[in-house]
Amino acid sequence: MAEAVSVAADSLTGGRARAAPTVLNQVVLPGEELLLPEQEDVEGPGGGGERPLRLNAGTRSRVRVVCGPGLRRSGDRLLVTKCGRLRHKEPSSGSGGGGGVYWVDSQQKRYVPVKGDHVIGIVTAKSGDIFKVDVGGSEPASLSYLAFEGATKRNRPNVQVGDLIYGQFVVANKDMEPEMVCIDSCGRANGMGVIGHDGLLFKVTLGLIRKLLAPDCEIIQEVGKLYPLEIVFGMNGRIWVKAKTIQQTLILANILEACEHMTADQRKQIFSRLAES
Amino acid sequence: MKETPLSNCERRFLLRAIEEKKRLDGRQTYDYRNIKISFGTDYGCCIVELGKTRVLGQVSCELVSPKLNRATEGILFFNLELSQMAAPAFEPGRQSDLLVKLNRLLERCLRNSKCIDTESLCVVAGEKVWQIRVDLHLLNHDGNIIDAASIAAIVALSHFRRPDVSVQGDEVTLYTHEERDPVPLSIHHMPICVSFAFFQQGTYLLVDPNEREERVMDGLLVIAMNKHREICTIQSSGGIMLLKDQVLRCSKIAGVKVAEITELIQKALENDQKVRKEGGKFGFAESIANQRITAFKMEKAPVDTSDVEEKAEEIIAEAEPPSEVVSKPVLWTPGTAQIGEGIENSWGDLEDSGKEDEDEGGSDDAIMLDSIKMDTGLEVSGIGSQEDAPIVLSDSEEEEIIILEPDKNLKKIRTQTISAKQEKAPTKKPVKKRKKRAVN
Repeated sequence: MAEAVSVAADSLTGGRARAAPTVLNQVVLPGEELLLPEQEDVEGPGGGGERPLRLNAGTRSRVRVVCGPGLRRSGDRLLVTKCGRLRHKEPSSGSGGGGGVYWVDSQQKRYVPVKGDHVIGIVTAKSGDIFKVDVGGSEPASLSYLAFEGATKRNRPNVQVGDLIYGQFVVANKDMEPEMVCIDSCGRANGMGVIGHDGLLFKVTLGLIRKLLAPDCEIIQEVGKLYPLEIVFGMNGRIWVKAKTIQQTLILANILEACEHMTADQRKQIFSRLAES
Repeated sequence: MKETPLSNCERRFLLRAIEEKKRLDGRQTYDYRNIKISFGTDYGCCIVELGKTRVLGQVSCELVSPKLNRATEGILFFNLELSQMAAPAFEPGRQSDLLVKLNRLLERCLRNSKCIDTESLCVVAGEKVWQIRVDLHLLNHDGNIIDAASIAAIVALSHFRRPDVSVQGDEVTLYTHEERDPVPLSIHHMPICVSFAFFQQGTYLLVDPNEREERVMDGLLVIAMNKHREICTIQSSGGIMLLKDQVLRCSKIAGVKVAEITELIQKALENDQKVRKEGGKFGFAESIANQRITAFKMEKAPVDTSDVEEKAEEIIAEAEPPSEVVSKPVLWTPGTAQIGEGIENSWGDLEDSGKEDEDEGGSDDAIMLDSIKMDTGLEVSGIGSQEDAPIVLSDSEEEEIIILEPDKNLKKIRTQTISAKQEKAPTKKPVKKRKKRAVN
C-alpha cells in the first residue's frame, strides 16, 4: 500500500514535492507529497538521490509537526491521503518550537472513529455488561454500562435498544473495536449520556459538522435566534435537534441540512424570512 | 455492512409528525418528490431520480429463438439490481427478499400488463425473435425504489430503438444504425407504480414514502396504473387490513399521479428527441447540475454601486476622443520627423536618423501632435483660442516644454475648456526636459 501511494505521488507531481506552506488552503490530492519548511531549506527540492523530507533530520534541531487527518507519514516522507484543502494551525505559544498541525479538510460522509471525538450513537444491542453502539463507523463501538455517571454494579443505567447515546471515544485504533464512554476523566457526565426520547436525529456530511462546531460559526448563532432549541452535534455527522413543536424541529433540521450549499447572503435571506413568519 | 438502525426517537418523531400531517422534507401527504429524467448518449439508457432515490435503466436487445409455446412473440426480460453503492446494507450477489419482491412486482407491472407489443418483436416465427432486456440498477436508495424503477423501466423502453431487420425469403438482414434508422418499440401504454405507505394500522396514508418513512410504516400498497386509469397491478404488503373505500381512494390518487408522471415522461422524451435532432448536447454529463459547497466561502466585499452610472458618465465626458492619426510624416524639430501617434522622441535633437517614431501612444505626445498640426498648418478642430500659446516650434527650450505637457492640459485643449492652465504647465516641465538632454 505504501509503495502504491509513493508511486502515485511520483507520477502525479512529476517526482517533485510541493512545500506545505505554499499550498496552504489549496486543494491537495491523494498521493501528493509535501515538504515541510524546515526540510525544504536544508537540501532544497530534488537535492541528491534521497527525498528531501526528513521528519527528524539528525543535524538540525528537531521540530515537532503533527500530521492530522488526510496526511500520512511514510518513511521520511509526508504524503497526502485525502482530497481536500490543506490546513495548518500554528502551535500554541506554550509548547514552543513546534511546527504546528497540518491536516486536510475533506468532504466526506463516512465516519472513521477518532480517539476523543464526541459522537452520537444508537444502541443496537445489550450483551452482558456492554452495549453495542452504532456510530456510523465500520463496526459498532462498545460501551460499558459502568461508563455512565453514577453507575455501579448495582445501579445500572436505564438504556434501551434504540436509544441515542452521546459519548466520546477512549479507544479508537485501526482494526480494533472502538470503545466509548459517557463520562469524562473525573467521572462526570459533562453533558454526555442518553439523549432524550423526543427530537429528531438526522445526518449531514462530516465537513458540515466540523464547520458548525467551529467556535465562530454564525449559523448556530442565527439558528439560536429563531427558536429556543436543544441541539447535539456528533462528530460522526449526526445531529439531534429538538424544539418546542414538531414543525419547528423540522424547520431547524431542514435549515441545517440546507446550509451546506448556501452562501452567506442566501442564508441571511432565509433566516430573515423565517424570522418574519 | 449492517444497516444503520433506526433510533427510538426518530421513530417516535416520525410517527408524531405524520399524525400532524407533516413530513420530513416539507411535503404534503399526497406529494411526490421531484422527479428528474435524464437520458444517456445511447438509445435506451436513462437515469430517473425521485428525490434522492436514483435508478439507472438500460435496455438492450438480442436475436434469440422464441419460447416453444409462444413461437411468434418476442421475449421481455426485467432485472432490477440493488447494488451496494445504493446503500451499504445491500449485499452484492444475494437475492434478498426485498429484491425478489421488487423484481416480481416489476414483471407484473410491465410484462403482464402487455404494455409492449411482443408480437412486433418477432422476426421469423418460431425461429428468431427479439429479446428485450431491461436492466435496472439502483444507484442511490432513499425509499420508494419500486416507483423509481417502474418509471425508469418504461422510460428506457420508450427511449429504446432496436436495429431494423428485413426478411427476404429465408434470409434475415440486420441493419446497423448507419444503414437504416433504428426502430422504436411499439408501446401500448405506460404502466407506472404508485406507492402508498400506511401508518397506525391504516389511519394515516402517505404517497411516495422516503427511506425513513418506509422504515416506520405498517403497510404498503402499490398500484400500477396507466394514464387511462387502467389498473395493471395492485399489491398490498405488510399485512394490514385495508377498507374498500381506502383502496378506492388510493386508486383515485394513483390516477392523478400517473397522469402527471406520464406527462412528464412524454415531455422528457420529446425534449430529448428535439435535442438529438438539432444536434445539441445530450447525455448524462449535460444533465448533472453543479453543486458547490459555498456555505463557508469568503464573501466578496460589497461594492457600492449606487452612483456607478454617474461615475461612468463622468469618466466618459472627461475622456478625450481618440486622436486622429496623422498619416503624413511631420517635421517638428530640424532633423526629426514623426508619423502617426507616438511618444516624443527625447533623442530628437541629437539623433538625425530618427525619421519615424511611432510607439507607445502616450497622452503627453498627443499634445505634441496638436502642436505639430498647428505648426504644419493642419486644421485642428477648435484650438483657435490657443493660437497665442507658444506652440510654434523652434529650437528654443521654452517652447519645447509645451511638447511635454501633461495629459491634464491636453484634455483641456481638446475639450476647449481652459486656456489658462496651459500657461502654468510649462513651468513644471522644463526641468525634466533639460535633464533628459543632459543625459543624452
